[in-house]
Amino acid sequence: MIVEIEKLTKIYESRLRVVALDGIDLELKEGEIFGLLGPNGAGKTTTISVATTRTLPTSGTVRIAGIDVVKHPAHARRLIGVVPQFNTLDRSLTVYENLYFHCRYFGFSHSHARARSLELLDQFLLSERGKMYPNQLSGGLAQRVQIARAIAHRPPVLFLDEPSAGLDPQSRMAMWDAVAALRKEGITVLLTTHYMEEADQLSDRLAIIDYGRVLALGSPEKLKATFGAHTVFNLKLRSMEGLAVMVEELKSREDVSGVETTADGLRVIGTGADGLLPDLVRAATGHGLRDLTITEPSLETVFIQLTGRELRE
Amino acid sequence: MESTSLNSKIFIQSFFGLLLRDLRVLTREFHVFLARVGMQPLLFLFVFTFIMPRMGGANPMAGGAGGLDFGTVLLPGLMAVAIMFSGIAAVALPLSQEFGITREIDDRVMCPLPLWAVALEKVSFSALQSMIAALLVIPMAYYIPAVPVRADVHNWFLFALVLVMASYLAGSLGLVIGSTVNPRQIGLVFSILVVPITFLGCVYYPWAMLDKIRWLQFGVLFNPIVYMSEGLRAAVTPGIAHMPWWAILVALVFFTAALGRLGLKGFLGRVLS
Repeated sequence: MIVEIEKLTKIYESRLRVVALDGIDLELKEGEIFGLLGPNGAGKTTTISVATTRTLPTSGTVRIAGIDVVKHPAHARRLIGVVPQFNTLDRSLTVYENLYFHCRYFGFSHSHARARSLELLDQFLLSERGKMYPNQLSGGLAQRVQIARAIAHRPPVLFLDEPSAGLDPQSRMAMWDAVAALRKEGITVLLTTHYMEEADQLSDRLAIIDYGRVLALGSPEKLKATFGAHTVFNLKLRSMEGLAVMVEELKSREDVSGVETTADGLRVIGTGADGLLPDLVRAATGHGLRDLTITEPSLETVFIQLTGRELRE
Repeated sequence: MESTSLNSKIFIQSFFGLLLRDLRVLTREFHVFLARVGMQPLLFLFVFTFIMPRMGGANPMAGGAGGLDFGTVLLPGLMAVAIMFSGIAAVALPLSQEFGITREIDDRVMCPLPLWAVALEKVSFSALQSMIAALLVIPMAYYIPAVPVRADVHNWFLFALVLVMASYLAGSLGLVIGSTVNPRQIGLVFSILVVPITFLGCVYYPWAMLDKIRWLQFGVLFNPIVYMSEGLRAAVTPGIAHMPWWAILVALVFFTAALGRLGLKGFLGRVLS
């Protein structure tokens, strides 16, 4: 296993005790793209921070290619590339120089660093922007330069923290293509995201985490098959009176696997929509149904199933 | 064993790479750097050693400190100020920005070398700039003053030692400020810390002349700039009263170590959580 995360905990002790990581166990296979999916504050970024030597864990270990990142941070940094959430390109250097000096930091000779930088500019379709400065780049382009820079020293593992945060849809697609292309180079990728589509599209396997714990682990298909072959109906009701009767009725149905009351209505988790939908509408009309949303089976429904919450709540 | 030697090889290459990056950024705007470090000593010498002496009796400083010629008193002091400001400008300002706003320090913190070495590189490069800034003052002091300055370096070893140590001291102070002060307050730190310690740093008068104001003469011993000025005075203009060189060196080592330690602690606190 190229990345081994074992019983990782991180507790911030200040006025408020915050348990950011509550025993995370993960193993990444060589060459896979692994997604960490969870809402903001779930512990995704903390996991990456520990693995990339920027945060010291309270307990537990992270090993990259067998190297303990806490004991040997400088060595571990040679084995990883990191694309943080925010733009950390060197504002005083051009795009080309950002790549070139990154290579020099990692021990490349002048000619070797130059060749590698030119190759990366080409690979990431940045050749025409080599002389530009980072503050002249759009968000999408800057993100591409960051990815190019992160893999410049040919690390076996790449960490991408919320790579599409703040990107417009078009740049997001381009970024996805760039990440998918890394597969060819055999780089293992760990990416965090709170976009289901992104986790679904890109990852070979993913872990759903919340409150610093891994809730489920597997390929997107497997997760959907195990937890999420369900459709989620969110009903907003005017009146919550006598709702218990309706809940009991629904629970007794075969095509309903779960019913929960929410702040302003009901959440019904069903195994199919065909027969259920008309019955739901009929039953809910008596309670003043004012809105109904249906979420088709997806990682979103997996997440709702696992946590009782929506990802973007 | 093999991996240890590989590690230290990459370590050195990485350190060199960081220096190279800073050198690239500095040389691209070298004229800006020269203007930044040269303007203050240039104007200072021009006003106090060129204009004022021509005003004769109207000049309260015509007699200089205790009858010495002011240009000679001023030369080591201005070198100390140049070192000091260069240290602040090269470390404190960019670091404060990078920690507080741009976060671009991240790419250097992710280099394959220990974090203390990243901080050391910052301080070392700042020291290099400080030395250039200080040396720049010498030709100015030779050409500008109405009465030529009596620079007399006969102990080159002492001169080099003081220059390097004073420069590292300034860089360490820059590291402390840069890693503890947020960018919005950096202007305030200039007004309430940097300017006072400069003015009370025996820059414009030798420490020995403070014997008329004993409390101040004692008080300024806590100011690291004093030892930078006095050290350069001992090395560049030994004809003017100065502290014994051994006391200067001990104080320079002490302040560099103390500030370096404090600065490193602040630096680690900012990059590690």
